[in-house]
Amino acid sequence: MDVKDIIKPENKVYGKCPVLTERVLHYCPGCSHGTIHKLLAEVIQEMGIQDKTIAISPVGCAVFAYNYIDIDWQQAPHGRAAALATGAKRICPDKYVFTYQGDGDLSAIGTAETIHACNRGENIVIILVNNAIYGMTGGQMSPLTLEGQVTSTTPYGRDIALNGYPLKITNLIAQLDGTCYVTRQSVQNAAAVRKTKKAIRKAFENSAQKKGTSFIEVVSSCNSGWKLSPVDANKWMEDNMFPFYELGDLKDK
Amino acid sequence: MKEEIIIAGFGGQGVLSMGKILAYSGIMQDMEVTWMPSYGPEMRGGTANVTVVLSDKRVSSPIVQSYDTVIALNQQSLDKFQQSVKAGGLLLYDPNGITTPPTRKDIKIAKIEAAEEATKLGNSKGYNMIVLGAFLKLKPIVKMENVIKGLKKSIPERHHHLIPMNEQAIERGMGAVEV
Amino acid sequence: MAEKLLMKGNEAVAIAAIRCGCDGYFGYPITPQSEVMETLMEEKPWETTGMVVLQAESEVASINMLYGGASCGKKVMTSSSSPGISLMCEGFSYMAGAELPCLVVNVVRGGPGLGSIQASQADYFQATKGGGHGDYQLIVLAPNSVQEMYDFVDLGFELAFKYRNPALILTDGVIGQMMEKVELRPEKKRWTDEEVIKLHGDWATTGKTKDRPQHAITSLALESAVLERFNLRLIEKYKKLNEQEVRFEKTNCDDADYIIIAYGAASRVCEKAVELARSEGIKVGLLRPITLYPFPTKEIQNMAKQLKAILTVEMSAGQMVQDVRLAINGALPVEFFGRLGGIIPTPEEVVAALKKMVK
Repeated sequence: MDVKDIIKPENKVYGKCPVLTERVLHYCPGCSHGTIHKLLAEVIQEMGIQDKTIAISPVGCAVFAYNYIDIDWQQAPHGRAAALATGAKRICPDKYVFTYQGDGDLSAIGTAETIHACNRGENIVIILVNNAIYGMTGGQMSPLTLEGQVTSTTPYGRDIALNGYPLKITNLIAQLDGTCYVTRQSVQNAAAVRKTKKAIRKAFENSAQKKGTSFIEVVSSCNSGWKLSPVDANKWMEDNMFPFYELGDLKDK
Repeated sequence: MKEEIIIAGFGGQGVLSMGKILAYSGIMQDMEVTWMPSYGPEMRGGTANVTVVLSDKRVSSPIVQSYDTVIALNQQSLDKFQQSVKAGGLLLYDPNGITTPPTRKDIKIAKIEAAEEATKLGNSKGYNMIVLGAFLKLKPIVKMENVIKGLKKSIPERHHHLIPMNEQAIERGMGAVEV
Repeated sequence: MAEKLLMKGNEAVAIAAIRCGCDGYFGYPITPQSEVMETLMEEKPWETTGMVVLQAESEVASINMLYGGASCGKKVMTSSSSPGISLMCEGFSYMAGAELPCLVVNVVRGGPGLGSIQASQADYFQATKGGGHGDYQLIVLAPNSVQEMYDFVDLGFELAFKYRNPALILTDGVIGQMMEKVELRPEKKRWTDEEVIKLHGDWATTGKTKDRPQHAITSLALESAVLERFNLRLIEKYKKLNEQEVRFEKTNCDDADYIIIAYGAASRVCEKAVELARSEGIKVGLLRPITLYPFPTKEIQNMAKQLKAILTVEMSAGQMVQDVRLAINGALPVEFFGRLGGIIPTPEEVVAALKKMVK
């Protein structure tokens, strides 16, 4: 069988989701963003809501998310995505509105906007990609950085006395009456990817049913920021992140 | 015709709403008006005042230094604004609680026992309308029919049944003012 | 004849918003402008026009809710007072950078810091020279009556959409708190997405359909050459504003040897000062800038030929006077009189300052 046979339509077993653009991802090899982008695109394609979806991108590595998912995007000031989503969703209640944010964007500078949007029960979806670090600016500590974790601003490891505790923002969000679905997932293997996709689909369906805010944390790796190979980064994540940021649904009502 | 008035007293005496009714009455008479309140923490139980200007022509400054009429409803307001009455102007005050009465000789001074009259009427909320009546008796710058129209505009519709009581209070004030 | 109502400047803003087809208001309480949101909540426009009114958790959130709504091509607005406006400056910069229309009302109070709640004009620099970061401008309108508070809501939206740029109504505690007669204008319906596209182009995030490319609203341009091209385009936009949108009002200027330049509440005081000074034989007029950006520079230059001197009056330490001096460029004496801290100058004080200049 040569190449010509392989690319015959009848032999095709997988195709790139048409809601993804042709652009090459700028993310580092091994980064979780690409997988999460793909899952979002697939859910949007499968639900047939490309023309009804408005996404809000953050400041951080995913600032360029609009280059990859072929839907309408608003690029927010740092941390303000949930406020933009509120403005868009309130005035355009028929649209699906989601934010896509990193842990620095959402849980440090954007804490107020995030908590209040969730508390008001905005019918939006919030995706938090938690890699416990500021990736884009070169690997500084975020509120979600683990105790002892080495970053460029905690070169001797995160010191609780100096920097306080890692913030379980998702657990905090789960306490808010405005949220209907709060879950923590990951994308390091096929099983995890399938679960995350299911969670994303459910969150979008919650939006349509006006059930309140759906909040999905995806525990992710940042092999560049963590200064590990992609494989080692996934292992480090499983060994260190998962025990602290436990996977699974925190709330589903 | 131009009349520059300040109404000053305690918060809760209905100073601002009296000014609003007067201003609305002016609009009903096709006049130009401005209504400028003091605002802020001082309103909460402290002193309150409002400057109302009614004029045939466009009103320039809504804030003025000297007044054709000062209506003072407590001692602080009397002390603060007595000197701001234009020569030949009017000072109307409620003597209730006044220990130092006004002394100027170059202005017209009038008294209205508004608190007492309100009690007699059994309508303590009519206080400010009694004062308005006293003022309109001395300076009939707006017709009574326009005052009633002004009242209707100022008061939310659900309270329109109170308009006759207000009208009665205005008339009481007209009768009770002493020059 | 249209109905004439007595209302506060702040109330007029709220009523005008509903009647001119505003899609959403997002705000946070602060004195002396809280009546704007209170009036909107009382009126419940979501039951009539469908306009959204939401109390946000902060001014930072308010302006970013505007960003979200404006990105959808909607008519969105907020109002605040000086300290709150400082918090919104980040949003102004982003929205100017993303070329988004919106309307902001600043009912200015005394500063710096928490300052006072009394009327002031000390935010002129913030409004006209930036506030936020980067080379951008706001369209700045300065009403001096309650009727103009009403009318400039519609005008603000019109200019904001025409130029795809945030517009700011710069007013103060006097204009916000005082009541005057207001003539209501005919109601306008809220625009549909199709109407926005027809009137102002197809740029908003209304959902990507098969027949058009994706719309991405962003102010990000990492490549210097791309950003410079964008900056140059903004400069062109501001140039056009300066050519086409300057608005001002002249009173008693025809035979004037001197003029006072003042805007907002100060211009009302100066109107009376001009009357007083004229009665004493001083040939003085009043030039009132209605747009503070674009500033009536050319008009001031034209008038300079007939004048001996100019007095600028502001409720600040002297901010707009710098633009007057730039316009005059040394050709005439330009004097300044101002009161600070929330104190409103009296007509008599202005006349005294005028006499000192005339001497």
